[in-house]
Amino acid sequence: MRSGTHFAPAALALAALAFAAEPSALAADTPNPPADAKAFRDFFTQKFPKLKLEDFVNGPYSMNEDMHRQWEEKEQFPPYEFSVDMGKEMFSKPFKNGKSYADCFPNQGIGIRQNYPYFDEKEGKVVTLELALNRCREANGEPPISYVKDEMAALTAYMAFTSRGKPFDIKIPNDPRALEAYQSGKRYFYTRRGQLNFSCATCHVQSPGERIRAEVLAPALGILNAMPIYRSEWSGMGTISRRFTTCNSQIRGVPLDPQADEYRDLEYYLSYVSNGLPISGPGARP
Amino acid sequence: MASTIRVRATQSGDTTEVQALIQHPMDSGFVKDAKGETIPPHFIQELTFEYDGKSVFVADWGAAVSKDPYVKFSFKGGKKGDDLKISWIDNKGATDTTTAKIQ
Repeated sequence: MRSGTHFAPAALALAALAFAAEPSALAADTPNPPADAKAFRDFFTQKFPKLKLEDFVNGPYSMNEDMHRQWEEKEQFPPYEFSVDMGKEMFSKPFKNGKSYADCFPNQGIGIRQNYPYFDEKEGKVVTLELALNRCREANGEPPISYVKDEMAALTAYMAFTSRGKPFDIKIPNDPRALEAYQSGKRYFYTRRGQLNFSCATCHVQSPGERIRAEVLAPALGILNAMPIYRSEWSGMGTISRRFTTCNSQIRGVPLDPQADEYRDLEYYLSYVSNGLPISGPGARP
Repeated sequence: MASTIRVRATQSGDTTEVQALIQHPMDSGFVKDAKGETIPPHFIQELTFEYDGKSVFVADWGAAVSKDPYVKFSFKGGKKGDDLKISWIDNKGATDTTTAKIQ
């Protein structure tokens, strides 16, 4: 109830900030990502004045004291450990042609999670880490793997693990297509869909810290920093693709295919507005 | 394949606290896969922690224990640097064993 009373002014503040970010002097459709990111961050820091910025990456554990205690205990013996080990093993094992994942990535794939997704100016589209991993497999004659769990989660878990603490550093190059991708991601984030008529923002901007049934909603700020995650509910690991598709079906919408253009753009937008927050993945969530 | 068992045993005062995480599907036999076929039961039946030749913790487990189970308990005694032996056996006869040093 306490946070419920805070909610209305906060939502108004967001609306005000959103408009302030695009002053009427500029046409309303002139995108301004740095102002967006600042407004986004300010909204959350004002909504949760007690939290430090880097705490947002721990999602619901930062919203609730009980859960925070449970989490500290869980982190002593994290359930994603098996997945990190599996990813490390996959990373060190060469493909049939003798090459390995390390050959596909800058710095052998170590400590680079914070630079994904990036905008590929040659392709004119956003490239996510998961997409890059499957492209790496295909370029080396290996069949692609499922985007949602197991092996993909293990690989991204290992890559996130080696990048822990590094701040998200997503760049929008001076290319109108990059800006369009960002805008399309933002549009996806705020568009209501599904039978329940929810947007991503309904839960993760309006209501973080509130309960949805027995669960505490995570703030959108820093939500991708903890990916991939071990979810007790899934009794297993899930990637960003799994999170997006599951969110869509939970609001009774029809999920897109993993790594559809819209999801790639969404990941681009959501990562960009969390720039500066440290990578905390892989994470564990209830 | 790395061990399926993770253990941490820490001694303080006259007790030793043990935490363990075991990687196992723990299929109950009541779940169906995407094709609608029953996944046969596959779960750990017995989990044993041995210290100094004696069992300090034995669990008789069944289908109701969750996937990748986690156990925490403490026992009287235990010395830093001593070995703690952990083993499990499942209903298909598979088994794994590991030894951890008490810290």
